[in-house]
Amino acid sequence: MSASQNHGNPRTLYDKIWDDHVISEQEDGTCLLYIDRHLVHEVTSPQAFEGLRVAGRKVHAPNRTLAVVDHNVPTTDRSKGIDDPESAQQVETLAMNARDFGVEYYNELDMRQGIVHVVGPEQGFTLPGTTIVCGDSHTSTHGAFGALAHGIGTSEVEHVLATQTLIQKKARNMRVTVDGQLPEGVSAKDVVLAIIGEIGTSGGTGHVIEFAGEAIRSLSVEGRLTVCNMTIEGGARAGMVAPDEKIYEYLKGRPKTPRGDAWDAAVRYWDSLRTDDGAFFDREVVLDGARLPPIVTWGTSPEDVVSVTGVVPDPDQIADEMKRQAKWRALDYIGLRPGTKITDVEIDRVFIGSCTNGRIEDMRAAARVVAGHKVHERVKAMIVPGSGLVKQQAEAEGLDRIFRDAGIDWREPGCSMCLAMNADKLEPGERCASTSNRNFEGRQGFKGRTHLVSPAMAAAAAIAGRFVDVRDWR
Amino acid sequence: MDKFTQLTSVAAPLEIVNIDTDMIIPKQFLKTIKRTGLSRGLFAELRFNEDGSENTDFVLNKPAYRKAEILVAGDNFGCGSSREHAPWALLDFGIRCVISTSFADIFYNNCFKNGILPIRVTPEQLELLLDNARRGENARLTVDLEAQTISAADGEMILFDIDPFRKHCLLNGLDDIGLTMEKTGEITDYETRNTTERPWV
Ligand code: SF4
Repeated sequence: MSASQNHGNPRTLYDKIWDDHVISEQEDGTCLLYIDRHLVHEVTSPQAFEGLRVAGRKVHAPNRTLAVVDHNVPTTDRSKGIDDPESAQQVETLAMNARDFGVEYYNELDMRQGIVHVVGPEQGFTLPGTTIVCGDSHTSTHGAFGALAHGIGTSEVEHVLATQTLIQKKARNMRVTVDGQLPEGVSAKDVVLAIIGEIGTSGGTGHVIEFAGEAIRSLSVEGRLTVCNMTIEGGARAGMVAPDEKIYEYLKGRPKTPRGDAWDAAVRYWDSLRTDDGAFFDREVVLDGARLPPIVTWGTSPEDVVSVTGVVPDPDQIADEMKRQAKWRALDYIGLRPGTKITDVEIDRVFIGSCTNGRIEDMRAAARVVAGHKVHERVKAMIVPGSGLVKQQAEAEGLDRIFRDAGIDWREPGCSMCLAMNADKLEPGERCASTSNRNFEGRQGFKGRTHLVSPAMAAAAAIAGRFVDVRDWR
Repeated sequence: MDKFTQLTSVAAPLEIVNIDTDMIIPKQFLKTIKRTGLSRGLFAELRFNEDGSENTDFVLNKPAYRKAEILVAGDNFGCGSSREHAPWALLDFGIRCVISTSFADIFYNNCFKNGILPIRVTPEQLELLLDNARRGENARLTVDLEAQTISAADGEMILFDIDPFRKHCLLNGLDDIGLTMEKTGEITDYETRNTTERPWV
């Protein structure tokens, strides 16, 4: 096996998964890494399949590849097809490529269709100890299972399709420990926003982050998915949590998980995927989970975080000139003034969904808040489940009724207004409480204004028409 | 992929930190199934006004910088999504080199696959280069990949670091996939070993 493998020294979770996937290593440390799982969606794959076609290459391991449409699909009834001709073409191209290259594919009418990062775990395609890639930066999500999962560009998508490998250099190890018990009303989303606020959007650059500590361990599998999802907003390509009983419980019996003896052998191996005592981390960050409040972003970078009880900060407090200007620019774009109380900020739109917060627990958290209430008269709110199966489950629990009774739009699954590539978008100047992961300029629509929050916070904002502290809800 | 050896050009100063890939190329330009023709989407929301006319304040619309092949930009360039449309759009516009104090990992990686050289410099060096860039035609920069240097107009010379393997591929315009396919034997050996060691995968 590889030269970098060193069983004598204590190793991190990342070290262990890395070592088990190195096929060969050059003198300068550049490695050829085996990729166990490849997820494919319609936006970043057409040029990769085209590349294969032009070079006369095949997909090396079609059974390790799973394709699904998510970014472009409308979230209204799509049985009649997709109106936008460019979106329709991308969707059709993926269908054709999947057929031509023998890759399993969930189309827009398949019950299993949904956001690629919701679908992977749901199907048991995502397993602990595996390497998982996708032409999408939020592939970091899958690290919640103790997998090494990260986004890649389209050239690398082609590389993985053709060879089932990637050429990579090892990243550095970083550990973020969140100690203590999270207070009532504070969720995984608040944890990860707080972490990004602490380390900044380039804080994890060049690192793989392991999330640890009592607050992380006590999160549900879905909560861990939320945390790992936004690792990329903290600058790290991959984030991970060591697998445990909760993970095995979640996976057992899912369509693509091992059965019988293979399951037992897998669990034995997964149990070994823990960071050894004394393993070295290049960087360590510790947060106190017990002191975290619900968080709202005030600017146009995910690091622009503030407690719901706080006020919009004053950029003039920043010493660095370029950073100060960036924050003024952000305030100008978002249309807020320093010193404004967050709970005085009024909103026009609410979006609950995305690969960050589009799973069943997120739907339940939102439903608990809105049950028996009506959406504020100014606000238009929509909920987009992360997959067909999430939608089905929510409907079986009667959540759709609760949302509809409150005046919230209940939609078909997909990425939707997380990046507004389909018809769901903000109008210029509209202000949105969103459970997605990016508040960049124009992300949810040209000149749209995004505030990132948890599902419960978004739901409460929908009712109140402004941000409120969910810890005080009712 | 085109080789990258040496480049002398006007450099455009883009004094914004955290330039994300949504800013480099907004999503409405991602609905393509091609790699080419993406320059019309490059920095679209900064370059164009709502009515489609050019925003004359934006650096790449100023006469001195319309043909810039080098960008000198604020910290954390290319953060956000993994879209390779970002380097494709830069390349299609004619940009072959981006200089910043740091880059987001996926964007950095994507550059090398497309013959674009991303260079990391220190904050002091960035200041110096921005100073040159602001002078437009009066202060062209020369980037030499073989020597790993950036030469500024007044004779200053900056040495930069780059991974040797990436340098080699860029200098020779090598295609990664072709290189890896030569190792198919090793890959299948690994796969065979895996069927006994981790059969559930
Ligand atoms: S939900 Fe948003 S972040 Fe997630 S994959 Fe879709 S577009 Fe990307």
